[in-house]
Amino acid sequence: MGILIKGGYLIDGKAKRGEVYDILIEGGKITSIGKDLSPGPDCEHLIDAARKVVIPGLIDMHTHAREPGYEYKENIKSVSEAAAAGGFTTICAMPNTKPVNDNRTVTEFIRSRAREAGIVTLLPIGAITKGSQGVELAEIGELYDAGCLAISDDGRPVMNSEVMRRGMEYARGFDMLVISHCEDANLSLGGVMNEGIISTRLGLHGIPPAAEEVMVARDILLAEYTGCRLHLAHISTAGSVRIIREAKSRGIAVTAETAPHYFTLTEEAVEGYDTNAKVNPPLRTSLDMAAVREGLKDGTIDLIATDHAPHALEEKELEFDQAPFGISGLETALSLTLGLVEDGIFSLDEAILRLTINPARVLGIDKGYLAVGADADIAIIDLDDRWVVDPARFRSKGKNSPFAGWKVKGSVFMTLAGGRIVFSR
Amino acid sequence: MGLKGKDLLGIRELETDEIGLILDTAESLKEVSSRDIKKVPALRGKTVVNLFFEPSTRTRTSFELAAKRLSADLLNISVATSSVVKGETLFDTAKNLEAMMADIIVVRHSSSGAPDRLARRLKSSVINAGDGSHEHPTQALTDLYTIRERKGGLSGLIVTMVGDIAHSRVARSNIYALVKMGADVRVAGPPTMIPAGIDKLGVRVYYDLDEALSGADVVMMLRLQLERQGKALFPSIREYSRLYGLNKERLRFAKKDALVMHPGPVNRGVEITSDLADGASSVIMEQVTNGIAVRMAVIYLLSAGRA
Repeated sequence: MGILIKGGYLIDGKAKRGEVYDILIEGGKITSIGKDLSPGPDCEHLIDAARKVVIPGLIDMHTHAREPGYEYKENIKSVSEAAAAGGFTTICAMPNTKPVNDNRTVTEFIRSRAREAGIVTLLPIGAITKGSQGVELAEIGELYDAGCLAISDDGRPVMNSEVMRRGMEYARGFDMLVISHCEDANLSLGGVMNEGIISTRLGLHGIPPAAEEVMVARDILLAEYTGCRLHLAHISTAGSVRIIREAKSRGIAVTAETAPHYFTLTEEAVEGYDTNAKVNPPLRTSLDMAAVREGLKDGTIDLIATDHAPHALEEKELEFDQAPFGISGLETALSLTLGLVEDGIFSLDEAILRLTINPARVLGIDKGYLAVGADADIAIIDLDDRWVVDPARFRSKGKNSPFAGWKVKGSVFMTLAGGRIVFSR
Repeated sequence: MGLKGKDLLGIRELETDEIGLILDTAESLKEVSSRDIKKVPALRGKTVVNLFFEPSTRTRTSFELAAKRLSADLLNISVATSSVVKGETLFDTAKNLEAMMADIIVVRHSSSGAPDRLARRLKSSVINAGDGSHEHPTQALTDLYTIRERKGGLSGLIVTMVGDIAHSRVARSNIYALVKMGADVRVAGPPTMIPAGIDKLGVRVYYDLDEALSGADVVMMLRLQLERQGKALFPSIREYSRLYGLNKERLRFAKKDALVMHPGPVNRGVEITSDLADGASSVIMEQVTNGIAVRMAVIYLLSAGRA
């Protein structure tokens, strides 16, 4: 038993080691980090990581695993494989499955399927309300007991402010994180893309930035009032960034994420009615994109999540207004984030923190760093590798990517989860 | 010369000389409809399919007559609801038609962009007969033809478009077309019906109808979708009509010889009074007649491009 990773440039996520170190893994844990470690007699794998970067396995706070109920889009095994291929070793499964993950039975089913797949750590997120209908609270205490660290009515935001307030209050009793998909469903009703000159040209019903921002503001105010830990999902507008920045400056316990498409694409990607660029919240303007980048840089936005939303090919082949929202994102997230390093937004270290220790801290899990005694969740990446995104080669069943054909830089060479090699290029 | 693309999806993609070519071709084909035998053999052996995913009488009929007067074989297919219900996508339907060797597919669809997406996948020519709130290019070409015939040209004319610009495909196509041809385009309506960033298309926005009509050569009224009252876009038909309805008194703000247009069907007494719709300034019926010639021209030119 044992794996030795030799000669990789180490970014450990805590002590900010920026040097070449070897890592010894035994029994699923890191047992030694040092210079010139030599393989013991029972070393199974000697991994040559020379000229590569060794980082903690990535953590995705926002994944749609689709199982149970939508296995034709994705299942727990395929999403786990996609995660591993993208360098992720921990993913959080959103509850908008069929049935909704609003009770212990569904949570336990998801966890057992993840154990059977045995590839990455999958953390289920429970629903705030029964059936995510926004009316009655789900049995949040039982969801907590069953292993949900957070609750969210992702995709079906709780419109009733009283219900949201009570959900937050109730969750506080378990110190559970509440994740909010910020969307005023009345303001966004019928909308399929950002509202602006492009939606006007294309004759598509627009979603104004305010549809997101009024809910960002509401949920921050409710979090401040209830003392609940609030995490805001997939921030897409300049206004949201401004509101969150102000809230943080006042010390409110709010954290936020954005997804790679919001710092890489604008609404112009919708031209030609590309349904793969149909996502909720919608791709916004270049001003919004710049504000999201600035928010990531200064820490207003804590972390990067994928909002991996796989769909079947025939669903994305529908008319633009009929096609479902979502982008298959697990296998492009790292390269797109490295694009921000290329663009000088932040350093490589800072980029990796936003995909590892930052989400770990928000979730309150003991992962996202490399140290002796830590779980051997590790990604080995090749920064100089240039490749062309080809969704046909995704491990995910969801081939719906607006990045098809993009030339990107930086790829995953190998992923280890719990000390086992779960992906190797 | 002919049209550059294999399809006619919108006016946005057309160049000025292509618009001119369509109008000139329509002019020479218009005479066919006034003959005793209203037929020329130009498209004998060609197949045109009217693929309508949304109910329509006048546009479908207009395309049908246009194709028949060119001697093409014509097939009408109405898909009441989206074929998705049957588990078949838009592409499946269209690919079937292509496999049956349809030369031109005329598509009307309630979803913006549906003809565009079809055209990318098909070898057949696609003509957009109106898609969602996007474009209705043959209607705009018809309107251009009608204005040109009456006014002798388009450049420098003041054209005022009134109503629900946000949801109107006729408005978008006419804005692109008229701006390209050098007209001075104004849009007027309540702010709830003026879409974001419309001024970037080169038009001026008015919320006061009298001001918008001042000195206009052409007044284009748009059909009010009455069900939009329930979506908080306007308070009542009464108030809409009072603020944005066209009547004789209002029309006095426009030039004396101003043309009154409407793509039909007209909500009489709502966006326009009956006396005006049927009056001397109205060219609404000429629009219908000219629509056939313009559609003949489009079918003819796309077909010639394929030969």
